[in-house]
Amino acid sequence: MKFSEQLKNGVLVDNPVFMQTIGLCPTLATSTSLSNAIGMGVAATVVLIASNVVISILRKFIPDKVRIAAFITIIAGFVTIIDLALQAYIPSLASSLGLFLPLIVVNCIILGRAEAYASKNKVIPSALDGLCMGLGFAFALVAMGFLREILGAGTFLDGLTGLLPFLEGVIPATGFHIPGLHDYPATMMILPAGGFLMMGFIFAAIQHFMSKKEDK
Amino acid sequence: MNYFAAVQAGLPGSMELTDILFLAISAVLVNNYIFVQFLGCCSFFGVSKKTDTAVGMGMAVIFVMALASIVSWAVQYFILTPLGLDYMQTIAFILVIATLVQFVEMFMKKAMPSLYQALGIFLPLITTNCAVLGAAISNIDNGYSFIGSVVFGVFAGVGYTVAIVLFASVRERMEVSSKCPKCFEGFPIALVAAALLAMSFMGFSGLQIW
Repeated sequence: MKFSEQLKNGVLVDNPVFMQTIGLCPTLATSTSLSNAIGMGVAATVVLIASNVVISILRKFIPDKVRIAAFITIIAGFVTIIDLALQAYIPSLASSLGLFLPLIVVNCIILGRAEAYASKNKVIPSALDGLCMGLGFAFALVAMGFLREILGAGTFLDGLTGLLPFLEGVIPATGFHIPGLHDYPATMMILPAGGFLMMGFIFAAIQHFMSKKEDK
Repeated sequence: MNYFAAVQAGLPGSMELTDILFLAISAVLVNNYIFVQFLGCCSFFGVSKKTDTAVGMGMAVIFVMALASIVSWAVQYFILTPLGLDYMQTIAFILVIATLVQFVEMFMKKAMPSLYQALGIFLPLITTNCAVLGAAISNIDNGYSFIGSVVFGVFAGVGYTVAIVLFASVRERMEVSSKCPKCFEGFPIALVAAALLAMSFMGFSGLQIW
């Protein structure tokens, strides 16, 4: 399969969150702001690529009966690495993701790709599959985070300088303020209820789009 | 420092009865696992189509969460902390939970076949339920005592059950009597219903008076 096709599958056609409806917990919980969403998306993508590569290398040595336990151990190892690295280098992101950083280990997307793809394919396609699916997950997070941050806090890219220090000066530390919305934000959207609501509307939009496409 | 001294030094402080009572109320209502913390959403949407299965899933989660809280607490304070292996927490806990679920399944199949019939199919699902690992980790992060951890595990499970049973009954009702725009049919309207339930649970945040 060509890379462009794989990318299209991961981000659009087979998007893990919007099409397969897996990995909902981190998508709902860490999309309160765009910078959190980007951080979570990148962290999960790195774990996904690394675990896909290792599982693909070891696919002929892992006995079939204990494969799930072996996959979880490999994934947990990489999650620990990312967790410790973020706590050391980007503590602000680590504290705002909180519990959801170690919980990447039970993210169904990662175990799902290990089982469905990496355990059956060669190393390089597995790495690319990890990248594409990770980007798909990140895309869903970013879409949710973007809409929720703008509606719920009236800001854009708040706190991104904590994530990428070299952007200091380009982007203000509290992000760009959206006129009108910043003074009277719909705080509901960054609360848990808003997460469910926003996701419901996004799914409805997708369903609408798909049915239009079928009619043609 | 020898092992026993290290265990003694690492144990968390004991908790007052009122603290534990508050912990229980807060785990069910104020910090409900589904509607406030977003833990366990996958199974929440997956098995909430019928009330009976929702009750079964809830019971299985309470059971496994209580056991996982006990075992992970012991692993943390008798193995990881005294030996200075705190950074292995994620790996150790996920393996403990996976093995635990497997053992519980085998034990129930032999000893309690009727309970196994009722809960059996849900048990493998629970290994990758983030609520169980989440409870185990937050017990340690918040420094709960042993009793506190067990109470938190049970009542977080009760909170999960309350949420999933309420949601399943709303969903059952929607199946037969909903009139909604075509693009909202199915999953999107379920999410909107969950949003409305989450809104009502926001009202409980005022309970935090202690």
